[in-house]
Formats: sequence, structure tokens, C-alpha cells
Amino acid sequence: MGSYIAVTILSYLLYLVLTIGSGDIGLWSLGELVIGIPVAFVAGLAGGKVFGEYIPATLLNPYRWVLFLYYLFVPFFIAMAKANIDVAIRVFTGNINPGIVKIKTGLRKDMALTFLANSITLTPGTLSVDVDENENELYVHWIDVKNLEPEPQEICGDFPQWARRIIE
Amino acid sequence: MSGLIILCLIVGITFNGLGAIALYRFPDVYTRLHGATKATTFGSIFTSLGVIIYGFSKWISTGEARFCVLAIHAILALIALLLTNPTGAHAIARAAHRSGVMPKRAVVDKLAEKEGKW
Repeated sequence: MGSYIAVTILSYLLYLVLTIGSGDIGLWSLGELVIGIPVAFVAGLAGGKVFGEYIPATLLNPYRWVLFLYYLFVPFFIAMAKANIDVAIRVFTGNINPGIVKIKTGLRKDMALTFLANSITLTPGTLSVDVDENENELYVHWIDVKNLEPEPQEICGDFPQWARRIIE
Repeated sequence: MSGLIILCLIVGITFNGLGAIALYRFPDVYTRLHGATKATTFGSIFTSLGVIIYGFSKWISTGEARFCVLAIHAILALIALLLTNPTGAHAIARAAHRSGVMPKRAVVDKLAEKEGKW
């Protein structure tokens, strides 16, 4: 029940963001404010079950959202910029040494693994190919293999620690 | 302010262009995914950032709501891009590996070792 309500409220907020600037009541028109309620209700009914299963309740804590935004704009963005410049140089020099390596993540929740896999994929030079759900291991295509049995630190820096702090 | 927007656009276009060049320079599907999907994401972040700065600065100077709408829609597009891009890249890589496309010039392939193909 809680997840249905949460999804309905989130859908309504997203609807409001999408229709911002449509009228005079605040930034919205009366029609948009009213029609958003049934639309959000339907979205809540359709999506509530899925969200309840996959999104852990720890994410309702606003402190984690602050942490997430900090992670996104500071450590992640810096890592992404560095990796982009690195791959940009490789595009010209053609200096690649690719391979698929395995890293132990130590993360238990699906959401945390998804978060880590997406962070790894968004950083150029590393691309998560597959996941071993029983061992919580990620198979990562690495454009410059320095070590056949790497530690997570070598591939994605502090990302697993951040995933643990933000989600678990 | 317009200097900042132009800087964002230049950085964005440079990385988007590099993504296109990477498609020609790299040997197989996995390495091309590095260039073609990720460099273009980084480029698109900067081009969207240019639009967002333009929208908000126009909104502040003219007070017209449509510029605020432009900036907010650009932010939403950016969020959608950041969520769907790694998912798509991951799906392509996994599909390629499952259908038997092995990474070229690879020094190690733990996934194929696990599946007994190496």
C-alpha cells in the first residue's frame, strides 16, 4: 500500500514538473493541476507493485538523496571527466588493451548493484557486460587491462563504497 | 553568460565528434560502445548544460515562464539520458556476448571462461 501511494505522489510531482509554466496558479493552470490527479493515480496503480519490489525503503531517507546528489556532481563527475579525456586520447592513439575482467563488489541489494553497474558503464573505459547474481560479481569490459585479477578500486575507484553508503 | 554557453557547446560538440571518430577507430563492438555511447553522453551533458544555462539566464533577465520551461525540460531530458544510456549500452554488450561476439584483441575474457567458450 505504501509503495502505491509513494508512486502516485511521485508521478503527480513529475507531472507538475513536466507541465510547469502552463498557467497562473503558481506556475500551473487549473486544468493541469486537476487532470494530473487521475493520471498520477493510474500511474500509481500500474507501477506501485514494481517499485515496491525493486526499490528499497532506505531510499525514502532524504539524507541519502543529498549524498546521491553530492556523489553525482563531485566524485562521479570528476571520475567521468577524467575517463572521458583518457578515452578521447585512446581514440586518436589507438592504444587499447581490452578484456573482460571480473570484480567482486560485496554489494547485496539489486538496486545497489544496478547503481554500481550504471556508474561503471557511464564512465568511459569500463563497461559492465554481465552480472553474477549469486556471487554479486560484475563482469566488466575494460579498455586498458592492467591486471588480470583487478581489485574494484582499480576499475571504479570508490564507487562501491558510495553505492553502499547511498543505497544499502 | 553567452561565453559560458558557447564554451559548453564547444566541449559538448568536441566529445560528440570524438564518439563518431571512435566508431571508425576501434576494432569491435565493445570498444566502439565505449566511444560511441559514453563520449556522446558526456558531450550531450555539456550541450544540455548550455541549453539549461541559456533557459535560466533568459528567465531571470526577461521573467518569461517559457524560458524556465525550456530549462526544466532540458534537465528532464538529461536525467532520462543518464538513466537510459548505461542501460542500453549494457543490454547491447550482453546481447553481443551471448550471441557469441568475442572481444577482439582481448587479453582476458573472464565471462567466456565462466561459460566455457575461451
